[in-house]
Amino acid sequence: MLLGPSLAVSAVLFTIGVTGVLVRRNAIVIFMCVELMLNAVNLTFVAFAQRLGVAGQIFVFFVMAVAAAEAAVGLAIILAIYRHLAPP
Amino acid sequence: MSLVWLVPLLPLLGFVLNGTLALVRPTAKTAVSVIGVGAVVAAFGVAVAVVRALAVGHAAEPVVFTYWSWMPVGSLQVNAALQVDPLSAVMLLVVTGVGSLIHLFSVGYMREDDGYARYFAYLNLFVFFMLTLVLGASFPVMFVGWEGVGLCSYLLIGFWFTEQINADAGKKAFIVNRVGDFGFLVAMFLIFQHAGSLNFTDVFAKARSLFPLGSAAVTAITLFLFLGCTGKSAQIPLYTWLPDAMQGPTPVSALIHAATMVTAGVYLVARCNLLFALAPVSSAVVAGVGALTALFAATIALKQWDIKRVLAYSTISQLGYMFLGVGTGGGATVAGIFHLATHAFFKALLFLGSGSVIYAIHHAYHATHSHEDAQDMRNMGGLKAHLPWTWVLMWIATLAIAGVPPLSGFFSKDEILSAAFARGGVERIWYLFWGMGLAAASLTAFYMTRLMLYTFHGPNRTGERERPLLREAPWVMTGPLVALGVLSAVGGVLNLPALLGGSSRLERWLAPVTEAGAALLPAHAVAPGTEWTLIGIAVAVALAGIAGALRMLRPADLLPAQLAPAETGFARVLWKKWYGDEIYDALIVRPIMWLSREVLWKIVDVRLVDGAGVNGAAAVSRALGWVGSRLQTGELGFYVVLFVAGVLFVLHVAVR
Repeated sequence: MLLGPSLAVSAVLFTIGVTGVLVRRNAIVIFMCVELMLNAVNLTFVAFAQRLGVAGQIFVFFVMAVAAAEAAVGLAIILAIYRHLAPP
Repeated sequence: MSLVWLVPLLPLLGFVLNGTLALVRPTAKTAVSVIGVGAVVAAFGVAVAVVRALAVGHAAEPVVFTYWSWMPVGSLQVNAALQVDPLSAVMLLVVTGVGSLIHLFSVGYMREDDGYARYFAYLNLFVFFMLTLVLGASFPVMFVGWEGVGLCSYLLIGFWFTEQINADAGKKAFIVNRVGDFGFLVAMFLIFQHAGSLNFTDVFAKARSLFPLGSAAVTAITLFLFLGCTGKSAQIPLYTWLPDAMQGPTPVSALIHAATMVTAGVYLVARCNLLFALAPVSSAVVAGVGALTALFAATIALKQWDIKRVLAYSTISQLGYMFLGVGTGGGATVAGIFHLATHAFFKALLFLGSGSVIYAIHHAYHATHSHEDAQDMRNMGGLKAHLPWTWVLMWIATLAIAGVPPLSGFFSKDEILSAAFARGGVERIWYLFWGMGLAAASLTAFYMTRLMLYTFHGPNRTGERERPLLREAPWVMTGPLVALGVLSAVGGVLNLPALLGGSSRLERWLAPVTEAGAALLPAHAVAPGTEWTLIGIAVAVALAGIAGALRMLRPADLLPAQLAPAETGFARVLWKKWYGDEIYDALIVRPIMWLSREVLWKIVDVRLVDGAGVNGAAAVSRALGWVGSRLQTGELGFYVVLFVAGVLFVLHVAVR
């Protein structure tokens, strides 16, 4: 149910994410755009899970876990770079 | 008869052993002599046994021995197979018999040469390939022998390769023969296309049903085959290599360039006599080229001073006779093969005799450190006092080649001429061929008498200091001469015609090979009375040639080579060989050289291959590399844009 609209929203979200990564120069914003793409994919998974079984929903948990880890590491790196480069 | 594989194998073994000795111990001359001569003599022994078994067996069909499958490709099945039949039996005996005598002669002639072992290795290899040629049961096996003897000819012409002129002569022989071999190859392709097989027995069995009389296919096949023959057997237009081949050692000239290899073309035409009988045009071409070559080469021989060159042009001329015979076909095929055998005897004798003369003069000049030409007849004269054996034997051979009865050459030459005359009764053009053959016979008698007069008679012109040093060669050299002298004298009994009280043994022996072709020819025979007249004319012409030479030539007036004036007028044209080499040089060699240098080298090679090909590929790579290097900006964002564009492209292709 509602497969088409769900995929449409997912596609729009993903495109926004890609465009953000491409055009923005702020590391934090790029980071947020990456999260946007991940969640667009998650939405696709959930939408398809309605038809093709529960595996898609389980994948979403994995993606969330990986995204969380990635966010933690990524933010830590950004912070470290900022401290390294920022004027004292 | 099943031992026939031993016949070619023994000389091959001799080649391997002598070749090894040449590399390891070139000074072991005794061992080399024993192996080299022994291998060929043993091959002769086995050949005699094989031929006797064939004679006893009376096999109507050729006996084919298949050893292994050589080229199984689709419908082409070529086996390594040998074939024994009356024709190959005759060749077998001539090759191994005359070959043995010439090997024996070589022991004396080459004794002091540093390349003695190498010489015998090559000579044995030649005999192996020649036997492969005559024993092969299919065109490809024969072609292996055909190419092999060409290789050995090249190696032996350039045997003393440290002199540029010898190496050049070898190359010339090889390259001119390539032209002929191209014809042989094309003929083989055509035969396979039409007959679907290359075995002699299959092709000849099918020939009658495959090719209508005079059809274009069989005419093309036979003409291409004959192109191969003109190369190997030195006929017009590919004869120019044979006189230059005289740069090789004299026994090589006797074995390869007189007795055996150059007759391979005659053998091929005789072998394919059925195909030639099916193509009257080709038969006329063969006979016509043969008659023309016989006459043309005989005129050149009139004015040569190098004793071996006289004999070389004489060989070309006699090969022309053989082609006149095999081209006339039917019984004349036998006459051609008969002349092949008798010519092998007397021409080998003439060459070995000239070798013995050159040996004597060379040694005399060597002892006095003179640099005179040991082969120029103007430096000879009066040798009969110094070389009595050679003198007598060479006169026998001279009378035989001139066609004086009852020596062997008379019978074979007369048979060819009368067969040509007989066919003239059906097709007029053969009268012309007969006339040309007759004229050549007279010239043959003339130039051979001239050679004998200038070499052995009159005063000696070798030089005051050298004269006491001239003496007969050792017995190992004169012995083979005596044997060949006997054969030259009595060789005619092989095929004594019924007219003279004989039984035409060779003709009956070869009947299984020639009868299928002979049945296709228009019947032609001449009455016994006419035949006697023809014999009378032939003998009269020969005697006229001899008498003319005796009357016109004055050996006493001749000057040594260094003092002799240059030839003038028509004599100069003959001395320059009708300018044949110069014409070929201007018409063929120079245009090809020009094409090679100005077009193939400077345009095709330099511009296309080097310019467009090699440098072009490099330029394209460099341009692409430059484009790639421009993409490496070092900006992360740009890479991401490219990455996304790439992903979109891949998705686009994959989804569509």
